[in-house]
Amino acid sequence: MNKDGELEIIRKRQRERARIFGWLLGAFVVLIFFITIAKTGMNW
Amino acid sequence: MAAVELTNPAALPADWRDILALTKPRVMSLVVFSGLCGLLVAPVTLPAVLGFTAILCIALGAGACGALNQWYETDIDAKMRRTAKRPLPAGRMDRQSALHFGVGLAFFSVLLMGLATNWLAAVLLAMSILFYVLVYTVWLKPRTAQNIVIGGAAGAFPPLIGWVAATGHLAALPLLLFAIIFLWTPPHFWALSLFVRSDYAAAGIPMLPVVAGIANTRRQIFLYSLPMAAAAVAPWLLGLSGPIFGASAAVLSFVFVVLAARVLANRAREPAQMTPEKKLFAYSVFYLFALFAVLVADRWLAS
Repeated sequence: MNKDGELEIIRKRQRERARIFGWLLGAFVVLIFFITIAKTGMNW
Repeated sequence: MAAVELTNPAALPADWRDILALTKPRVMSLVVFSGLCGLLVAPVTLPAVLGFTAILCIALGAGACGALNQWYETDIDAKMRRTAKRPLPAGRMDRQSALHFGVGLAFFSVLLMGLATNWLAAVLLAMSILFYVLVYTVWLKPRTAQNIVIGGAAGAFPPLIGWVAATGHLAALPLLLFAIIFLWTPPHFWALSLFVRSDYAAAGIPMLPVVAGIANTRRQIFLYSLPMAAAAVAPWLLGLSGPIFGASAAVLSFVFVVLAARVLANRAREPAQMTPEKKLFAYSVFYLFALFAVLVADRWLAS
């Protein structure tokens, strides 16, 4: 396989991983928010 | 996209599907289910988001175990047909990334468990990860035929962790659930290892059929199924669950022992003729799912 093809695969994978990581980070922030609300409600 | 030949696939950023495969999602499902059952049978009801987080942490901890196991056993996996296509032995990912992913996931799961539920649950989760990786994978598995017996404790932790996440303390029922999975693990894995023993022999792993022989393994499967059946009905006998669970556990365990007896009676040495072993392996997965599901249903009906 030539260099350009390999570079294209690297960029594609980086894009996919960045997108998934972004979604996971967003979900984590939302989860922490709700955990805080729940724990505050339980007076922990 | 058409399949392409890469000069060095392991040098590229790993595909997210391979990262996911490192966590052994299929193994994770049973771990998550037993952890969820431990959480649901606890007498304390957690807010939904905390319960969800506890189960998420158990799943992530199991994923960390899978990743670290595959990192450590890359060479062994490459020698076995069943595991040769995994991301690391197939060369689709570099080992260093797998190690970082596994360690990171382990720390993250323990920390989140402690912050969201309580630190006793986090300590138990950390213990289960360390037990699986250090005691089972690194120490016991390559050295002794009893690897599955002692290492089975690692897989027995989830219901205990689920219960402690909800209540903050240990009790008799989750310890019995621990005992059930602990005693279930040897017959479950030895049934599998009987019909894939050539793989284990090729990889140099001293599984019981390789070291002690097929007849001895069949005897051990049957012998372990008896205390496992006793542990399964113990919650009912001790008054920790209702008659629905007691009757279901008795029937499910009776079938398990009958299938184990058929394995004991089998004289076949070729995997193709090991139908009783394959049936017991398949049933053992159903058995644990059904037993724990009935326990939860019994608890809910009683309340």
